[in-house]
Amino acid sequence: MTDQQIVEKINSSLAEEFEYDLGEMSPETTLFEDMGLDSLDVVDLVIVLETAFGMKIREEEAIRKIRTLGDIHTFVIAKKRQTENA
Amino acid sequence: MLLRRVVITGMGVISPFGRGVESLMAGLLEGRSGVVEVPALAEITGMRTRVAALATGVDPKEIPRKHRRSMSNMSVYATLACQEAAGQAGLGEAELGSGRLGVSIGSTTGSPQTMQEFFRDFNSDNSLERMKSTLFFHIMNHSCASNVAQALGITGRILAPAAACSTSCQAVGYAAEMIAAGRQDFMLCGGADEFHPLTSGTFDIINAASTAFNDAPSRTPRPFDRERDGIVCGEGSGILLLESLDSALERGAAILAEITGFATNSDPGSIANPNASAIARCMRLALADACLEPSRVDYLNAHATATEQGDIAECQAISQLFGSTVPVSSLKGHLGHAMAASGTLELAACVEMIRQGLLIPTLNLEHVDPLCAGVAHVQGITRRPVDTVLKNNFALGGVNSSIILRRYK
Repeated sequence: MTDQQIVEKINSSLAEEFEYDLGEMSPETTLFEDMGLDSLDVVDLVIVLETAFGMKIREEEAIRKIRTLGDIHTFVIAKKRQTENA
Repeated sequence: MLLRRVVITGMGVISPFGRGVESLMAGLLEGRSGVVEVPALAEITGMRTRVAALATGVDPKEIPRKHRRSMSNMSVYATLACQEAAGQAGLGEAELGSGRLGVSIGSTTGSPQTMQEFFRDFNSDNSLERMKSTLFFHIMNHSCASNVAQALGITGRILAPAAACSTSCQAVGYAAEMIAAGRQDFMLCGGADEFHPLTSGTFDIINAASTAFNDAPSRTPRPFDRERDGIVCGEGSGILLLESLDSALERGAAILAEITGFATNSDPGSIANPNASAIARCMRLALADACLEPSRVDYLNAHATATEQGDIAECQAISQLFGSTVPVSSLKGHLGHAMAASGTLELAACVEMIRQGLLIPTLNLEHVDPLCAGVAHVQGITRRPVDTVLKNNFALGGVNSSIILRRYK
């Protein structure tokens, strides 16, 4: 899976779950202010990513620092590469 | 007796006839049936009934995702019905968030559909890792009441009565008592339920669901009819906006009707079978609450679900109290049995019968069962002044309830 494919899968999964316009999604899009997510949504966001990419990330410290879509892209891409190289 | 007078200033419904009281009344007055064949029921082993009265005309996406994520269908129905009721009463954000307005809305259970989806997934590998954060808000017993309050910005009391088919009658009665006691000035009250095969199955296994009309859904249920063969389950929501008379007069609100009496009692004789004496006792208590003699009642809206025993017991109780003079009908023939929503769906229609001066007959009542004789069955639309109505609802669990409505004077 290329980085671009990962980004597209993240965006489409989150757009569907949170009914957000794909066209308005960019790496700078903030989860709380722009997308209007809250703490409950973040719990579900983790489940959506875990289901989409078949990996466990709930206990990852880095999750707590995520603020933008770009943060998610970077995190998931790194996690995928780490898994592939393991 | 109610200490402060309590009136109805708004109504909202989701029914098999679609959105709104207007659609409900159109369906009832045209003598339509809301019952349809549900092919999915045929795929369930052991399920003999194949029909249900499903809600129509609902688009859950009308409710913003922020509120909708914690709702199953029953809360969607309740919320849309509450919006209609509050709109008719002319209430805006100020009143809804004043603390003077509370909620009394119940359902039979939390969402059976969400429960099913959760346990199907959970049982596959005994894992909670895919459990959504909003699951609990769908399945908690006060799901409808809380979701309504969240979506409408309501800050008053929250009550979520649960007594299956008596739920919404009780919800209205308890709400009226709360207003009468001066604890709240407005209450959005009623019930909601969503269709699930578990409900039909519950009645099917005790031989109380209709199975003989699977190929002719509009001919069932048949309250009081000699060919009746049981309940047809339904869904939807019925909501009344109750208000203290003082508040309604002060606001210049249009008053649709008045609640003058309420009673509910328990019948410990059986958890499943209705009993004529206990039903009669409940109606007597409601009449006493309204300081009314039976002869003052113009119309009785029966619970009558078209079960063999229930219809007979109710007729015996009515006959005992009212003789054969008070016109009686059941709306289950049109609407099926919407469980926790049935009481207030039917109460909304009763309010309209008072306002429009007419009585709606029992659909599918063609030949009165001799065991249901002895009361005056309404068998065609009857135009006449209707001032006082007694409405019954009875539930599995031995819970009876009766409400008395009166034209506001």
